[in-house]
Amino acid sequence: MSLTNEIIQNTLSQVFTPKVENFHLLHDILTFEVKPDALYEVIQFLKTDASMNFNFLTDVCGVHYPDYEEERQFCVVYHLHNWIDNIRIRIKSYLPASDPSIDSIVSLYPGANWQERETYDFFGIIFKNHPQLKRILNMDEMESFPLRKEYPLEDQGRTDKDDRFFGRTGPNC
Amino acid sequence: MSDLLLTPEVRFQKEIENRRKKDGVELSVLNLGPTHPATHGIFQNILLMDGEKVIDGEGTVGYIHRAFEKIAENRPFYQINVLTDRLNYCSSPINNTGWWMTVEKALGIEIPKRVQYLRVIIMELARIADHIICSSVMGVDTGALTGFLYVMQYREKIYEIYEEICGARLTTNMGRIGGFEREWSETAWKKIHEFLDEFPAVWKEFEDMLTRNRIFMDRTIGAGAIDAEKAMGYGFTGPNLRAAGVDYDVRVAIPYCSYEDFEFDIPVGQNGDCYDRFCVRNAEVWESMKIIRQAIDKMPDGPYHADVPEYYLPPKEEVYNNMEALIYHFKIVMGEIPVPNTEVYHAVEGGNGELGFYLITNGSRVPYRLHFRRPCFIYYQAFTDIIKGRSLSDAIITMSSMNVIAGELDC
Amino acid sequence: MSNSKSVKTVNPPEGYAGEGFFATKLSDVVGLARANSLWPLPFATSCCGIEYMATMAATYDIGRFGSERMSFSPRQADMLLVMGTISKKMAPILRQVYEQMAEPRWVIAVGACACTGGVFDTYSVLQGIDKVIPVDVYVPGCPPRPEQILDGILELQEIVKNESVRRRSSKEYQDLLNSYNIK
Repeated sequence: MSLTNEIIQNTLSQVFTPKVENFHLLHDILTFEVKPDALYEVIQFLKTDASMNFNFLTDVCGVHYPDYEEERQFCVVYHLHNWIDNIRIRIKSYLPASDPSIDSIVSLYPGANWQERETYDFFGIIFKNHPQLKRILNMDEMESFPLRKEYPLEDQGRTDKDDRFFGRTGPNC
Repeated sequence: MSDLLLTPEVRFQKEIENRRKKDGVELSVLNLGPTHPATHGIFQNILLMDGEKVIDGEGTVGYIHRAFEKIAENRPFYQINVLTDRLNYCSSPINNTGWWMTVEKALGIEIPKRVQYLRVIIMELARIADHIICSSVMGVDTGALTGFLYVMQYREKIYEIYEEICGARLTTNMGRIGGFEREWSETAWKKIHEFLDEFPAVWKEFEDMLTRNRIFMDRTIGAGAIDAEKAMGYGFTGPNLRAAGVDYDVRVAIPYCSYEDFEFDIPVGQNGDCYDRFCVRNAEVWESMKIIRQAIDKMPDGPYHADVPEYYLPPKEEVYNNMEALIYHFKIVMGEIPVPNTEVYHAVEGGNGELGFYLITNGSRVPYRLHFRRPCFIYYQAFTDIIKGRSLSDAIITMSSMNVIAGELDC
Repeated sequence: MSNSKSVKTVNPPEGYAGEGFFATKLSDVVGLARANSLWPLPFATSCCGIEYMATMAATYDIGRFGSERMSFSPRQADMLLVMGTISKKMAPILRQVYEQMAEPRWVIAVGACACTGGVFDTYSVLQGIDKVIPVDVYVPGCPPRPEQILDGILELQEIVKNESVRRRSSKEYQDLLNSYNIK
């Protein structure tokens, strides 16, 4: 019997409730939320369980939601792919702004190494047990986490471009 | 574990001290720095060497970090196309079409068959262009400059085809939401047919020069080998993974843009070394030419863009004469287009592997968050692992066989 | 070989010719020699680098203007072709490469990103390489066509031909370098 989204949803709900919730289908990809402390077990289950077989980590990224409540300000989004039954799945884990930290999955998928470093570099999300959590794309000395919504895109110290001529006055585009 | 947080020079100094005390062997640190003729793009590797042999290494990337993801949060969808060109700039039409497909998925737009076939043709031409550069540059890195100079002329022919279609050579900014900006001209079709007539003989000559060449084989067989299990763990996709023996191709696994209508094979290697990567890319060029021929033969008639007046600019004559067209034009340019609140992940088979776009929209004309799943960034992590224990010249040829494009690495 | 009528050779400088001798100004001869043998250091970072590869290849052929040998070692190069975006992380390295070049040295900023930062008005991109090194010729374009890059090199050849032999030790040049803190 091949794997379908319903089977995944039922199995995960059975094993992990109340840590997983909010299953919904977004453009054919099953998406659900996991509590940060259960993330490693859920992903390990999805990888190693004989019926799940999510052998490939497609993507790890972060999102910043400054308008949400305090415990859901940061989100880490994982995309996994099962090559045998050809199913994609999206796992989201919301983190509080005061302590945005989550377990690293490098021991399950070595390919998560640089992707988690990139998420740390952009958002400041700490991945516990990551072997080498330091900045990767920005300069090592940088102090801010640039992809957070409060930081502007442009370098504020630049002298050769005048923001008024670009129509950039505040949050517009 | 906190040792790895130190800069590599400091970390390797400790190793050198330990080894000197242990058996008197003097290790050295080599900075295969950001500016190096063999690194096609700027990324740095600091290597710990025992003479010619590489013992350990650490890569530093980010020397061309242009913050695409942050820029994308401030630009409307049609302006982000310009950014996607500059990801894997050797095959920009693939990035462009991938982005348009993501936006069309988010907005819920159906694309006519003709547009899909045209997109397939241009994506396969871009894939041929990318593999031309990668394979010929592998020749250059082993000392064979002739192959590069010879096949670059055919890359110029592909540039001429791009120019006929969209006006630009390299960073094409091709297409619009819903299709193309104009019907392809007679000259474009003529040039495509000429290319398909002339290029097979040239590519065969290029392959004959290197594939069974004693020197090339000795340099590349066994260098930079990776097995399938490890490659999948590291997130490899594309020709690098197929050279290791796994036949995962996004065009076949999750077909998009009518790829299911075409018959083509997926070339697969055995050992995952540089020679297999070279051969897989060469074979893929033949498959791409097959796909282009099938698409031209089966090309349906129809419009060159979808009928979506809310997103696709109307022709200028109508804007000046027709009230409705004027209003649509105004709304599209000022940004009052209907955009749902949704999240989309769409992947295409880029020149280097699965190029994915994760788009979160929130109703405004700019994305809330756009993340590029860049294949180069993901598989380059494995580089320092692959070259351990091999010589420096193997490291150089491995780097060029993995086809690391700096624009895609750093985004 | 090609028909000698169609090969355009460089004109000799103005001077007085006689039996077995040719008298002209030293700066003209030196300028002629330097201008027609500029060895580039291709500092190719991104997309403009691929257009440079096309310029270097057979169709546009930069070799016919004297730039036959690409030197990746700064010590042996005459002109630094900066092609592509320079980020703030890369700027010190660009500076170091420039400082390692021997006089006389010239710099061409190829592409919009090298000239002014280009499309990328962001926190991580240097808005133009003339923030860290002095530039002689700016070639705009995104990416510039090979013909434009060749045009930039021809402009540089004009500058080099007409440059005084004393320029590198003159006060203006020293002031220029000091304004960039280059020793």
